[in-house]
Amino acid sequence: MKRKTNLAATVALLPTWLVAVVVFIGTMGWSIHLSFTNSTIFPSSTYVGLAQYQKLFSSAKWLASLQNVVTFGILYVGGCLLLGFLLATALDRKIRFESVFRTIFLYPYAMSFVVTGLIWQWMLNPMLGIQASVRSLGWDSFVLDWVVNRDMAIYALVLAGVWQGAGLVMVIVLSGMRGIEAEQWKAARIDGIPVWRIYLSIILPQLGPALAAAGLLLAMGVIKTYDIVVAMTNGGPGNATEVPAKFIMDNLFGRQNLGLATAGATVLVLGVLMIVAPFRYAMHMRGKKRGAR
Amino acid sequence: MQSAVSIKNLKIAYGDQTVIEEMSIDIAPKEFLVLLGPSGCGKSTLLNAIAGLQDITAGEIWISGKNVTWEEPKDRGIGMVFQSYALYPRMSVRKNLSFGLRVAGLPKAEIEARVSRTAALLHLDTLLDRRPAELSGGQRQRVAIGRALVREVDVFLFDEPLSNLDAKLRNELRVEIKKLHQSLGNTMIYVTHDQVEALTLADRIAILRDGVIQQLASPAEIYQRPANLFVAGFIGAPMMNFIEGHIETGDGAPVFESHGLRVDLSGYGFRTPPASGPATLGFRPDHLMLDGAASGMPTLPGRISVVEPMGSEAVLWFDWAGHSLSLRLMGDVTLRPGDGLSPGLDIAKASLFGTDGSRL
Amino acid sequence: MARLHPNGPRPTQITAGRIGLYLFLIVAVLFFTLPLYTMVVTSLKTMDEIRLGQIFSLPSKLDVSAWITAWSGACMGTVCVGIRSGFWNSLAITLPSVALSVFIGAVNGYALSLWRPRGASVLFGLLLAGGLIPYQIFLYPMVRAMATVGLYNSLAGIILVHVIFGLPLVTLLFRNYFVSVPEELCKAARVDGAGFWRIFFEIMLPIAVPMVVVVSMLQFTGIWNDFLLGLVFAGRDNLPMTVQLNNIVNTTMGERTYNVNMAATILTALVPLAIYFLSGRWFVRGIAAGAVKG
Repeated sequence: MKRKTNLAATVALLPTWLVAVVVFIGTMGWSIHLSFTNSTIFPSSTYVGLAQYQKLFSSAKWLASLQNVVTFGILYVGGCLLLGFLLATALDRKIRFESVFRTIFLYPYAMSFVVTGLIWQWMLNPMLGIQASVRSLGWDSFVLDWVVNRDMAIYALVLAGVWQGAGLVMVIVLSGMRGIEAEQWKAARIDGIPVWRIYLSIILPQLGPALAAAGLLLAMGVIKTYDIVVAMTNGGPGNATEVPAKFIMDNLFGRQNLGLATAGATVLVLGVLMIVAPFRYAMHMRGKKRGAR
Repeated sequence: MQSAVSIKNLKIAYGDQTVIEEMSIDIAPKEFLVLLGPSGCGKSTLLNAIAGLQDITAGEIWISGKNVTWEEPKDRGIGMVFQSYALYPRMSVRKNLSFGLRVAGLPKAEIEARVSRTAALLHLDTLLDRRPAELSGGQRQRVAIGRALVREVDVFLFDEPLSNLDAKLRNELRVEIKKLHQSLGNTMIYVTHDQVEALTLADRIAILRDGVIQQLASPAEIYQRPANLFVAGFIGAPMMNFIEGHIETGDGAPVFESHGLRVDLSGYGFRTPPASGPATLGFRPDHLMLDGAASGMPTLPGRISVVEPMGSEAVLWFDWAGHSLSLRLMGDVTLRPGDGLSPGLDIAKASLFGTDGSRL
Repeated sequence: MARLHPNGPRPTQITAGRIGLYLFLIVAVLFFTLPLYTMVVTSLKTMDEIRLGQIFSLPSKLDVSAWITAWSGACMGTVCVGIRSGFWNSLAITLPSVALSVFIGAVNGYALSLWRPRGASVLFGLLLAGGLIPYQIFLYPMVRAMATVGLYNSLAGIILVHVIFGLPLVTLLFRNYFVSVPEELCKAARVDGAGFWRIFFEIMLPIAVPMVVVVSMLQFTGIWNDFLLGLVFAGRDNLPMTVQLNNIVNTTMGERTYNVNMAATILTALVPLAIYFLSGRWFVRGIAAGAVKG
C-alpha cells in the first residue's frame, strides 16, 4: 500500500544513496583492496597478502607515529575535557560579563588547525618567542623550546590543541549544566552541601553523556590529526611529532607507496571502530533501556 | 441509507504487532462518533487510517459511498484537526486557512469567500493577519478547526483537539464544537481519552481497548448498561463500585450473594438466562440511596471514612466488608467521617458481569 | 554590642572562593588571548624590532607594510603574489559548497525524519559511518575517479568533494532538527493536498531558517578552514587560503619574515573569526547541535 508521495522522498534521497554507496563504501573497498597488493605509484593487482601490513608495523616511523598519536590523544582529550569543564563551571557561577568570557574561550575553535599551529609555532619560537622574552626579563635559565626539542615537541602540539579545543568542551558542558533543573540546586542548598561538592557529586555524574559526546568528538579529531602537525612541526624534530594521518599522506602523495599508505589508512579505520564501537554500544543499550515499554 | 464513513474488516499491524484487529464500523451521515479509550488503544491510529495518513494492513475504508482505501488524504473529502493544532508556523492565519485551497488551485475569489465565511463563523475575522505564535491556545485551536471547515467537506476528523488546553478553555470550546456540529450537520469523528468530552459530545461512543471495540453505543447506554467490566470501570467518576460474589439460581428468583449480602435479582434485566456461578456486581455511586432501606432495597451498612464535598454534590466513601465503596449525594452534606450509614442498592440500575468480564 | 540587627537585604560578601574564581578566569583569559595579541603586535612590527626578542611588547611605531606584503607580495616558493589569490579561491570554493551541501542536507534530513521511505535508516547509518571514517581511506580512489571524469584539480571538483564530505554532518543536523518538528504538521499539510516538495519549500524550509543559518555558518567555517581536501583536490590554480598560508610560512627561503607570516595568518583566520564574533550565539548553537551526535 505504498503511495506515490513516498516515491518523491525516495527520489530525493537518490543522490545521497549514490554518495553513500559509491564514495563511502566503494572507495573504501578499493583502498582496503589496494592494501593487500604491492601497488606503488600505480595500483597493481598482484596480491601480497599481509606483506604491506608487515612492512607497516616494522617501519620505525609508523610505530613512532602510533605512539605519538596515543600520547597526544590522551593528553589532548584529557586536557580539553578538564580545562573545558573547569571553564564551564566557572562560567556557571553567575559571574559578570559571562558572554564576554565565553566568547574569549571559544574563539580559537573558529580558527583552522593551520592557523593554530602557526600561532603556537611562533609563540614557542626559542630565539624570538616566549623564551627570549622571559630571559630578557633576567631569568636567563628559562627554557621553553618545545617545538625544537625532540622530547617536548609532542607537548607543544597538545598545548596548541587544548588551546583550540577546550572552548568546545566548555560550550557542551555549559549547555548540559544549564539543562539541569534548578530545583536540584535548591535541594542541595537546603541540605547545606558545599558548592564544589555539588559540582563533583551531583552535576558531574549527570553530565556523563555530554562529556562522552565531547570526548568522542575530540577523539575522532585526534585520529584525523594532520593539519596542525604539518603547520607547526611538520612531524619533526626527527619523528617526534609524526602522526599516522601524515604518514599515510606522505606515502600516498610524496613517496608514492600506495600499498603501504592504504594499509595505514585501513589501520586508521580500525582505530576509529575501536573508539566508536564501545560508545555506540553504550548508547544502544541506554536507548534500549529507555525505549522498553 | 448510505453510510458517511464505513470501515470494513480493517486491520493495522506493524510487523507482528497488531494495533487494530478486524474492525468494522458504519458511521451515519451527520453522526457525531467519539472514539474513546486509554492511550495506546489504537484510537488515533484508526483516525489516521481514515484520514489516509496511516498505511493499513487489510480491509477497506469508504467515505461518502466511495472506496478511498488507496486514496491520498486530500482526495478523501475530509478535514482534520490535530491535537498540537499543527498550524503552519511561518504563515499568517489567512494563509493557514487558504493553503489547502491554494494547493488545490481554486480561483482566488472562491478562496477569499470561503476564508471570510469560515473566519466569521469562528470569530477569527480580526486575527487573519496574525502569525500562530501571536495567538492564544484557544485561538490557535479555532484556526485549526477553521482549516478543516474551509475545505467544505462532509467528514471532519478530530484528534484529541482539546487536550492541550486548560480546563476552562476546554469547556468553552467543547460547547463551541457541539454548536458547530448542530449548525453544520457534518459527520464528525472525534478521538479523545476524556470521558466527559465523549459523554457530552457524542451521538455514539466507540470504546476501544488494545485495538478492539469494547462497546459501540449511545452515551446513555454506555453509562447505564456497560457491556463489560472494562467499559464499566473506564466510564464514570468516581469509578463504579464492584463487589465479587456469586449467583444462586434456586427454586425462586436468582439471588446474588456476597459477604452476607443477599440481593434479589428478579428486578435485573438479564441478557441471557441466569445461571449459578461466580459474578461481579457493579453499581455506580449515584445508584446507592441513603434512605434505601425504607423502600425495601438490600442495604450495605458501613462507616464513613472520607467525605469529598464538590460544591453542588458530595462523594462519601464508606467501608463495607473490606471494600471501600463510594456514594454520591446531592446538596449539602452534614455527615462526617466515622458516622454510620446503611444505604440501599437499586438493583434495576446495577450491572452484573460474568467471569469473562462481559455483562450478564 | 556591635552586632547588627539583621534587616533588609543581606549584605554581599566577597569570599575567598569568589576571588579564586575570578583569578582563575583572568589566568584563563590571558592563556586564550595572548596568542592572538602576539600575532597582532608581531604583524605590526618591523623585522628589526622582532629580532629584539620582545614578543609581548607593543610595536614602537605601527608598520602595516607586512600586511601589504602578506596580501599581495609574499612568496610561495618562487612565486611572490601574496595570499590574496588564496582568499578569492577560498571564497569561490566555500560559497557554492556551503549552498549545495546545506540544500541537499536539508532535503535529506526532511526526507529521513518526516517521510522515512524504505531503507531510510540504512542510508542514515551509512552516512553516519561515512562521517566518522578518516578521509585518508577515501583519498586515492577519489583522486583516480575524479581524474577519470576530468574533475581532478578543478574548482568544480573541490566543490563536489566538499559537498560529499559535508553531507553526513549537515544531514545529521537537519534530521535531528526535523525530528523535533511535530509530525502532525506534515499530516495537516498532506490533508491540505501538499506533496513532498511543496511541504518542504512552503512549510518546512521556512520553519528551519534558524537551522539553515546555523548549519551554513558551521559549514562555512569548516570548509574555509579545510586544509587536507584543498591540498589534494583543488589543484595549483585553486589552492585555498589555508594551503597557501602554510606554503608561505613553512617554505620561505632565507630569513623568515615573521611579521609577514603573522599578517598572513591573521588574514586567513579573519573570515571565520568575523563570522564567529558577529554571530556569537548562533555559532555556539551550531557546535552544541553538532556535538550531540546520533
